[in-house]
Amino acid sequence: MSEINYKPSSAIGRWFDERLPLLTLFNGHLMQYPTPKNLNYWWTFGGILTFCLITQIITGIVLAMHYTAHADLAFSSVEHIMRDVNYGWLIRYIHANGASMFFLAVYIHIFRALFYGSYKSPREVIWILGILIYILMMAAAFMGYVLPWGQMSFWGATVITNLFSAIPLVGESVTQWLWGGYSVDNPTLTRFFSLHYLIPFLILGLVVLHIWALHVPGNNNPIGIDLKKDGSDTVSFHPYIVIKDLFALVIFMIVFAGFVFYAPNVLGHSDNYIPADPLVTPAHIVPEWYLLPFYAILRSVPDKLGGVVLMFGAIFILIALPWLDTSKVRSAIFRPIYRQFFWLLVLDVFVLGYMGAMPAEGTYLLIGRIATIYYFAHFLVVMPLLGFLEKTKPIPLSIADPIISGSGNFAAARKDKSAV
Amino acid sequence: MRNFFLVILTSIFICTNIFAAGEATKPLKVDWSFNGFFGKFDRAQLQRGYQVYKEVCASCHSMRYLSYRNLSEVGGPEFSIAEVKAIASSFQIKDGPNEDGEMFERNGLPKDRFVSPYPNEKAARAANGGAYPPDMSVLVKARAGGANYIYSVLMGYDEKPPSNMKIEEGVYYNKYMAGNKIRMSQPLVDGSVTYSDGTKPTVSQMSKDVTAFLTWTAEPHLEKRKRIGFKTILYLLIFSILVFLSMKKIWSRIETKM
Amino acid sequence: MNKKSDYKDKPTRREFIHIATTTVGVVGVGCVALPLVTQMNPDASVKALAKVEVDVSRISKGNEVTVMWRGKPIFIRRRTDQEINKARNVSLKDLKDPQKDEDRVKKGKDEWLIMVGVCTHLGCVPLKQQGEFGGWFCPCHGSHYDISGRIRKGPAPVNMEIPNYEFVSDSKLIIG
Repeated sequence: MSEINYKPSSAIGRWFDERLPLLTLFNGHLMQYPTPKNLNYWWTFGGILTFCLITQIITGIVLAMHYTAHADLAFSSVEHIMRDVNYGWLIRYIHANGASMFFLAVYIHIFRALFYGSYKSPREVIWILGILIYILMMAAAFMGYVLPWGQMSFWGATVITNLFSAIPLVGESVTQWLWGGYSVDNPTLTRFFSLHYLIPFLILGLVVLHIWALHVPGNNNPIGIDLKKDGSDTVSFHPYIVIKDLFALVIFMIVFAGFVFYAPNVLGHSDNYIPADPLVTPAHIVPEWYLLPFYAILRSVPDKLGGVVLMFGAIFILIALPWLDTSKVRSAIFRPIYRQFFWLLVLDVFVLGYMGAMPAEGTYLLIGRIATIYYFAHFLVVMPLLGFLEKTKPIPLSIADPIISGSGNFAAARKDKSAV
Repeated sequence: MRNFFLVILTSIFICTNIFAAGEATKPLKVDWSFNGFFGKFDRAQLQRGYQVYKEVCASCHSMRYLSYRNLSEVGGPEFSIAEVKAIASSFQIKDGPNEDGEMFERNGLPKDRFVSPYPNEKAARAANGGAYPPDMSVLVKARAGGANYIYSVLMGYDEKPPSNMKIEEGVYYNKYMAGNKIRMSQPLVDGSVTYSDGTKPTVSQMSKDVTAFLTWTAEPHLEKRKRIGFKTILYLLIFSILVFLSMKKIWSRIETKM
Repeated sequence: MNKKSDYKDKPTRREFIHIATTTVGVVGVGCVALPLVTQMNPDASVKALAKVEVDVSRISKGNEVTVMWRGKPIFIRRRTDQEINKARNVSLKDLKDPQKDEDRVKKGKDEWLIMVGVCTHLGCVPLKQQGEFGGWFCPCHGSHYDISGRIRKGPAPVNMEIPNYEFVSDSKLIIG
């Protein structure tokens, strides 16, 4: 990378940089970093996710200044934030909807990686770090949802912590340890608050590693091929990628603002405006939308332990993905059959999400089970087999080079060819 | 592939609206003044709604998270300070202890929270045959159909229950209530209150007024939220155009067409 | 804007769009900072507690009570004639922060000294009827106040603060 030749322009900058090369670091990773020039808008979600994380941390710190983590006071302290604190309503709505936007972005980010094969060698570590971030996000979101201490908070916490009671032999001890009592109560709330405050900073640390690991091999790209060494396939991160990411971010913020200002409660559940009542369970307990697919997998198994194992399996199976996918070709653009299965998986996850929101009975349950089977079959059967069975399309030699004509799937590559 | 965004967004909407629908009859739709991008409350309606709450609902339903001062705040019923003082002082507040260590009663002040009809939930249940009249502060946000649902329940007492439905003692049939059974008897009849501004106190009118009032109590900063929201989105649209032009300019260095 | 010849434009025009974008972006960030800063200001429920009402009919001459106002102690002292005379016989030249006793009470209510019971040095609460001047003494850093609450000796720079107050009747006092 060109960072070796970097010298700060000002004397103070040079003085500082010789002692702590922060400026060299920034220059290397945020300015000069060579990025494939054919990245499309699906690649802007990394920047958007960074924005989401920072937004959640800032608004979260503000909310913690006004929130009271006590079972008797939590609900009314949230109402205090909504009513009395200057702009408290705005900050809370940004934080609450920010969680949903965070997950919206992370799902697009994950599916982008699945489509373009970004998890494959040499990027396995980036992918695994990403999955760890995703798992921590779910933990943070779940604990955060408990904090207002409404009905859904309370019963969501009860149901999710009870998952651990499925563990043979020690299940009950584990749940009591999680609760700090014999049911979800004040000790549970205060520890969730503490951990909810901690996890985002763990995520931040993993994000740094995620980006570090990304900058070793460099970005994947829509064609999925390795870049030429001479740099003709790349542009510098600043200003080209920065401005493109910023444009996508502003568009994303319009959607975000639409929710915050005009439908702030549409993604939440109305029952969470009822204070927690340990004696009355709401008619339908549903998690937030972003956890629904996993909830559907949980419910599709008639056995308690089996359901829990399958649900966690659905998440952890992603870690093994770089080795389950046996294809040598990265991008789905050149994998006509995998592409069909990819979209089937997208549809499958939507179906699972829908079934997770439905009552667990009759046809819903049946469809949920079929969708669960496909989910696992996709990763355990389809992906390993396709690597051997699929006949992939010819791959261009470089982003800029002329490519084999006669196929409609080279639109992205062809565009770049004409650009040079 | 571009439709992917749309697919996701609509799916979220569908998913979240699923549990809203189903169950009971679809609620009545009202063209509320606070709907839409520039929605605002109708001050006179909120003041009438407060009257209905005070004279009818407040005998059973608490309003724990509101203070009398809220009634004069911008974006709400906007009673004058003097009016709010008069309203507050018409309530007796338990305060203390005084220097002698005793609790005492005093006239309410604007800073005081709304006085609850019952000292605690058990007392409320005991007085209402086991049913707990829910706190009304955030009731509109705590019900899936929102304002339309609350209005519909208030309007849903007219019809007779279907012949196959068994209605127990102390339970009433309500067309729009989730489960169609409600423990609250019809709270409003024509002329339940007398409006000082000459509005005719029909059940429909009073229901609308009190529902509007409850929408404000649940979301006191609604007007400000929509106002700031419009400015924010306008700003973002303008900014997105500027960034787009900047982007085109920058990328034109390496691409002649884009 | 996206004509083919764009990149050949004069640099000034190229700069203009970037400057405009940057400026608008900076303004936007500034607007975001506003709620994040003002959220720490006193909120509506705190502001609503800005006034307190006190019944002073039970305070006899030579006694004082302390009430809370905005989280701070308010000393309400009903002074004897002797104390008033003592306060008024002090020469202004002897004072660090010269102020007449008459200016520290309401006309016609000279016996009532109502002040914020917080030492003007670093915010401790002074002890009553202690110190060298028969008034208050702050134990934290040794500031002596007289019976008018004026600083006489020690590190405090100014007299104890008089809050806004009014007597709505002989027995009822509103502070704030």
